[in-house]
Amino acid sequence: MTVNPEPTGNPAPAGDAAPAASGSPLVEMRDIRIAFGGVHAVDGVTVDLHPGEVVGLVGGNGAGKSTLMRALSGARPPDSGQISVDGKPVTIGNPRDAKTYGIETIYQTLALADNIDAPGNLFLGRELTRLGNLDDSAMEDATRKVMGRLNPNFKRFKTPVKSLSGGQRQSVAIARAVHFNARILIMDEPTAALGPAETEQVRELIRQLRSEGLGIFLISHDIHDVFDLSDRISVMYHGKIVGTVNRADVTTDDVLAMIILGKRPEQISETELAQLH
Amino acid sequence: MSEATRAPGGTDLRPGTVRFALQRIGSLFQLLELDTRLLGMIGALIVIWVGFNIMSEGSFLTPRNLWNLSVQTSSIAIMATGMVLIIVSRNIDLSVGSMLGLVGYTMALVQTIWIPTYLGFGHGQPWIWIVALAVGIILGALIGAFQGSIVAYGGVPSFIVTLGGLLVWRGLIFRLGEQGQTITPTDSTFHLIGGGPIGSIGGVPSWIVGIVACVAIVYLLVSSRRRRQKYGFPVRPVWAAVTLGVVGCAIVLGAVWVANSYPWPPALATRYAVEHNITEPPGGLIIPTGIAYPVLIMIGVTIVMTYMATRRRFGRYVYAIGGNPDAAELGGINVKRTIVSTYIVIGILVAISAAIQVGRLNGAVTGLGVQNELDVIAAAVIGGTSFAGGIGTIPGAILGAVVMQSLRSGMLLLNVDSPTQDIVLGIVLVGAVGLDAVLRRRTSR
Repeated sequence: MTVNPEPTGNPAPAGDAAPAASGSPLVEMRDIRIAFGGVHAVDGVTVDLHPGEVVGLVGGNGAGKSTLMRALSGARPPDSGQISVDGKPVTIGNPRDAKTYGIETIYQTLALADNIDAPGNLFLGRELTRLGNLDDSAMEDATRKVMGRLNPNFKRFKTPVKSLSGGQRQSVAIARAVHFNARILIMDEPTAALGPAETEQVRELIRQLRSEGLGIFLISHDIHDVFDLSDRISVMYHGKIVGTVNRADVTTDDVLAMIILGKRPEQISETELAQLH
Repeated sequence: MSEATRAPGGTDLRPGTVRFALQRIGSLFQLLELDTRLLGMIGALIVIWVGFNIMSEGSFLTPRNLWNLSVQTSSIAIMATGMVLIIVSRNIDLSVGSMLGLVGYTMALVQTIWIPTYLGFGHGQPWIWIVALAVGIILGALIGAFQGSIVAYGGVPSFIVTLGGLLVWRGLIFRLGEQGQTITPTDSTFHLIGGGPIGSIGGVPSWIVGIVACVAIVYLLVSSRRRRQKYGFPVRPVWAAVTLGVVGCAIVLGAVWVANSYPWPPALATRYAVEHNITEPPGGLIIPTGIAYPVLIMIGVTIVMTYMATRRRFGRYVYAIGGNPDAAELGGINVKRTIVSTYIVIGILVAISAAIQVGRLNGAVTGLGVQNELDVIAAAVIGGTSFAGGIGTIPGAILGAVVMQSLRSGMLLLNVDSPTQDIVLGIVLVGAVGLDAVLRRRTSR
């Protein structure tokens, strides 16, 4: 973990956070359960997401953040539970289903085919065709446009993404998510592989997309990232939700305590807190 | 690796800066690098050809030998184009030789015994060759679909599935009836698929094929350039495009010229002259052989397979699966169906190659296609296909097949015995792949 707890005063008590925006949620995942063998990776988790909102999803390694999001992106359908989009129950059985509901995902691994160039990766599985043939020129054109917005320095449209830098690869993965007019964006550790300048670029992008009305689930190990960008923060611990808090109501210490101890701030005793420091 | 080939991420790349200039040189180098792979292989081929020509005192680079080489290459090359897709998607097919045996034997049975005798239509029906070929292609596709389904849906490694296939399909030949006897002769039209002087298209049609090919080359160059210009993308400099077109056309027309420089054997020409009431000129009637049917089929297969691999979603998915199976799955690609499709494609190609071998042999034996899987895999791998997945081209595999067959036929010409041939080919295979691995490691980081 790249967290850096700063000693502060007593934790402020935080109630269950009401969503910042009103109206029905963009996404609601209710009582989601996913087991691998006998291990309950996600055990009865409920989260929601509103338009124009960033929900940070935090927790230690193996807390179930990525698994929960893989259920929403269609990579690993849940064993039980209900997912609703715009208040309507939906079934997401594979990544294609998720995309039809406007759910796009930036995976931690980036999920790029290294031997294929940037336009090929951007349109992977959704290629533009002309008379049934791949329309490489149109795909390159669209890629140039979206990359011009995200990473104007990007010029290598014809080389396999294998030979691109970490930041360039990341921008290809992000471009893929934003190009298709996503309404719901899942970002799994979007800045993990990036340098400071590129990280700032991604943060700026998240703010911009949020202001455009997208709902964003942000998974991150970096508590500062999460605090900087999220409207609400959901903390997971051993497959369960510890609590969902409004960013404005809590301190980083509160959240860190929730991550490490798996308890809500008001349940944590002074002695437990003292042990953390 | 020079500084110029490095892509400076996040640096100033406005025109006029030094970085920009270096980047330009870098991308030019990269453009050439793609070509150097293929050019390197062509260079190796030229060395092999000239070497054999010197050692055989000028009997290698003759129209007759080159024409034979083209016919001998065709059957392996056709299957190698399918093997590229299989290996690119991180699988293997060890069963192509046995499959070729079974499919070829079946096609021979259909045209020699089943239709004429069992169904009572007699020999010489004009449609027999079509039915036989169709039966073979359907059988090949079914075997491919069967093996591919076990690989994709059954989760059995392709090495195991096709190793089983290697045994099963060869064994089944003996269960088809006729106790594994040699089935001969084939239908007279079917026989033409195998090539030979009669199984060739002749002088004028060969020139027509050559000219059509040249027009196609020019058209493709111009149309792709126009499309890129329409979007305002960088295009090749004019001199490069013109050079490419001229060299391409020269190679095509040169090949046609070689094929047409090989005349029919005098005895055959004399018989032809007698049959058509032509008085033979002094020195005999010279009839240009032209492009053989199997070679024409190989060219057609190459075009179709290159189109499928580079211009269709199917090909893009095959390469994506080879590059990163998880990414392909997460991109919404139906990975399993794509894998099955690659096996169906190679099944069809095996059937086409089987038709060529049966036609050439004018019949089928139980040993048809034995060890072909090794030649096919070797051709694909020498042609730059990587077992790591995601890398390999159709034209490369064709060149690989030509290299393999050149070595074989050259050594035959020099009276090198068969065991020595195998030793040399084995060393060349490992050497070529080893060299390629070293070069790849150096150029890509």
